[in-house]
Amino acid sequence: MTAETEVLSDSHPAERTERAPRRMSRHVVGWLLASPLTVILAAFLILPIITIVVVSFWGATEFSIYPAFQFDNYEFLFSSPVTYTVFLNTFKYAAITWVCTLLIGFTVAYFLAFHIRSLNWQIALFLLCTIPFWTSNIIRMISWIPFLGRNGIGNTALINAGIIDEPLEWLLYSDFAVILAFVHLYTLFMVVPIFNSMMRIDRSLLEAARDNGASGWQTLWNVVIPLCKPGIMIGTIFVITLVMGDFITVRFMSGSQSANVGRLISNDIGLLQYPSAAATAVVLLCTVLLVIAILMRFVDIRKEL
Amino acid sequence: MQTADLELVNLTKRYGETVAVDRIDRRIPGGTYVCLLGPSGCGKSSTLRMIAGHEIASEGAILLDKRDVTYLAPAKRGTAMMFQNYALFPHLSVVDNVAFSLKMKGVAQDARRSQAGEMLELVDMTAFADRMPAQLSGGQQQRVALARALITRPQVLLLDEPLSALDPFLRVRMRAELRRLQRELGITFLHVTHGQDEALALADEIIVMNAARIEQAGPPRDVYNAPRTAFVARFLGGHNVITQPGGDITVRSDEIRLDDSGAARLSGQVTGVEFQGMHVAISAQMPGQSDITALVPEARYFAAPKQPGDAIGIDWDDASAHRLDA
Repeated sequence: MTAETEVLSDSHPAERTERAPRRMSRHVVGWLLASPLTVILAAFLILPIITIVVVSFWGATEFSIYPAFQFDNYEFLFSSPVTYTVFLNTFKYAAITWVCTLLIGFTVAYFLAFHIRSLNWQIALFLLCTIPFWTSNIIRMISWIPFLGRNGIGNTALINAGIIDEPLEWLLYSDFAVILAFVHLYTLFMVVPIFNSMMRIDRSLLEAARDNGASGWQTLWNVVIPLCKPGIMIGTIFVITLVMGDFITVRFMSGSQSANVGRLISNDIGLLQYPSAAATAVVLLCTVLLVIAILMRFVDIRKEL
Repeated sequence: MQTADLELVNLTKRYGETVAVDRIDRRIPGGTYVCLLGPSGCGKSSTLRMIAGHEIASEGAILLDKRDVTYLAPAKRGTAMMFQNYALFPHLSVVDNVAFSLKMKGVAQDARRSQAGEMLELVDMTAFADRMPAQLSGGQQQRVALARALITRPQVLLLDEPLSALDPFLRVRMRAELRRLQRELGITFLHVTHGQDEALALADEIIVMNAARIEQAGPPRDVYNAPRTAFVARFLGGHNVITQPGGDITVRSDEIRLDDSGAARLSGQVTGVEFQGMHVAISAQMPGQSDITALVPEARYFAAPKQPGDAIGIDWDDASAHRLDA
């Protein structure tokens, strides 16, 4: 505001009162600017979750669903031994997949970040990693089947090489196949955040470690890994939520012989048992949130974002 | 701590076709404060990094205490390096940063913390032991980096432009601190800088580098008063390079006399006048010469002030003229 307008508004009190609502409207503008995102989040995230929670208390018969407020679905869920087996199985998939993706993802990221010197090569190899993502999940999954099958490429090659006499039965339609597919699908989600953390590490820190007598492994353990923790944590959250929420991979790769929580929900939906599916979904959501809350206790990822 | 001589023999570093350091020879007695001075890209940092072991020499040798350390790992040489940006580990507290090298050696936590505490006392940072590096100011970070380098008990401490990240006021304070520490510890400090005032203020010996070679080395006063080449004279500042029939000479700016009597050796035109407090700097152009600066005590200047464009004559005593090699 220039001195001139100040003088003017002093001499005309009416003008000052006129300006007051305009200053108020600044507030309103702020709210308006924030509202599109709020509306989208409310309509497409919060509302559906509320609906699921509400429906999880409804009742169902063989042929109908009726609104109610009862705990039947939860009672059934928690009293059934199947629930515990399936949840345990889901955790098992998540844990094994996490370990595999972490080991592979960290190694790939380390190679890209520290061994490739030129930025152009880094970008080129990074894009190479993303090429599998040009096709859909399902296709990438199904393409394992001819490889892993009883008379598939894998078994044939092993027999021809004389390593085995009989085809391996556990290659396809087994937990091995499920986890192989998970690792294949989700390793990149581990690579990207870890690579990002690594690129932020000042290279002189590695020299300083060497100057202080650290060996390669000591530098890795005492400098690189601690500084990559936020990236590891973000990758972990991606992988764990994706694996715990999955149902199609488990169905295809286990040949419908294994189950996880996702398949439990999908079966209920197939039988039109929406309230029961909703209750399972609510329990799964809480479990995943709990896992993430525990992870966040270990590492503060906010500084990474 | 014992003092050990550092010797560079025919030291050379090549990066592909470019030669960063070209056959350097120099013997540095133990317990000396040495400043490696030169413009950026002159090879001073490469020299330091070769001594530290973060670059491998292409040719030649580095001897420390009569031991060939040219190809040893950085921690096995008896050197320690303080990095330009300090390179403190951001995830470790001050005391753990200082104790890092002891942890690598497998010293138990209590023992290494108490040793690190002693080092922090040396650099006056005891009160900050539990802080994280991000919570420290630039000067404090530098003290921590110093402590981390010194805890390895080096015979030579290598400092890579240690003061360049500090503001001018702190820079002057920290350089006094560095000098005090070096005296107390009695070890060799090898300090890379591009600031000639820093080098003159600190060093027992300065080594001026240019284009991958040592241009001149010696005690600061000798080098300053008797620069061997026009490059050294210009780089150290305060010198005028004057072309004479018998070859170039250099005369310090404060040895230049104004002489308007007509008997002056050179005459020309004033191009600028700058008041600097104790002195007035008069720059002038003389035919056939590069720019000449005369520092005149301010009282004498204001007795007969000059304006840009005025005619000016200058003279000097033969004793203060110094002949250049090249």
